[in-house]
Amino acid sequence: MTGDIAFLGYGLAAIGPGIGVGLIFAAYINGVARQPEARGMLQTIAFTGMAITEALAILGLVFAFVFQG
Amino acid sequence: MSPSVVSAHLLPSVVPMSEGGDGFVTPGVENFWWPIIPVDGTGAWTLTRPAIVLLLTVAFLGWFFVSVSGRLTLVPSKRQWMAEQTYGFVRNTIARDIIGAKDFKPFIPLLFTLFTMILVNNVAGIIPFIQFPTFSRLGFPIVLTLIVYVVYHAVALRRKHGVVGYMKSLVPPGLPGWLKPILFVLEFLTYFIIRPLTLALRLMGNMLAGHLMLLVFILGGEYLLLHGDSIGLKFSGILSFGFAILMTFFELLIEFLQAFIFTLLAALYIGDAVSEHH
Repeated sequence: MTGDIAFLGYGLAAIGPGIGVGLIFAAYINGVARQPEARGMLQTIAFTGMAITEALAILGLVFAFVFQG
Repeated sequence: MSPSVVSAHLLPSVVPMSEGGDGFVTPGVENFWWPIIPVDGTGAWTLTRPAIVLLLTVAFLGWFFVSVSGRLTLVPSKRQWMAEQTYGFVRNTIARDIIGAKDFKPFIPLLFTLFTMILVNNVAGIIPFIQFPTFSRLGFPIVLTLIVYVVYHAVALRRKHGVVGYMKSLVPPGLPGWLKPILFVLEFLTYFIIRPLTLALRLMGNMLAGHLMLLVFILGGEYLLLHGDSIGLKFSGILSFGFAILMTFFELLIEFLQAFIFTLLAALYIGDAVSEHH
């Protein structure tokens, strides 16, 4: 079996942001379920938080391509 | 476009391993380099496929909004309704809610252009025969990010009374003295390096990864279907095509979301710049 260890590294790097994005949307769903009228405000916050968390995964993807053998 | 260019990119694997070929060649970043009219050896001025897609979408956007705004009626037509909805979304949900009702008006044209431009270019990635997400080549998001970067720094310099005021505003007030230099370095890096870097890379990474996934499913399905050894492998090739169709719809969602997030973050950075305090 041949392959590139950089992409295995990316798979590992994606775990953290995956959990992070999951936590953010869990909190968002909770918030909307408790207070449906706050949806608009929470949506913006949730997507902003997601964008920041996701940046880590995106950096991992870029590094995987940069450091591939 | 010569046929060899097309086939070289579309069919990287036609010789199976059992017949002495390389077997399945996984698609990679090199599949996104599509020179159409090569100009010189380095490829710096080459007319590529994403450049043509970008020109097409600019022409489409220009035609669409000029022709719609040319004859506005009280009872909107279907196209006018679409344009108004998009404009209302960017104006109210993104610009007004994030930048604030006092200062958002001068930035609507920029945000609206960013949103429609990214949205149409992303959706072009799954429209048959166009099928190239322009922003999967890093050069295109870098230009958009550069515009946002210059705008939010220029606004901040004007609002916060020059360079000194801007640098002072980076550190939130009410901190103990020893923490201030550490936080200043962190905030400086965030404002000047991390923000533009992630803004450009996020758009590019999402478009690249999504399209790469479609390539894997479609090329892998084609290889399994044409060169699979058993009936089971051929069947899984068909399954792979089915999954590629499913993923295409998922891509549509991601494409919309990325256009939204890019505009949202641009508005957030501008909102940071216009606010009086940190």
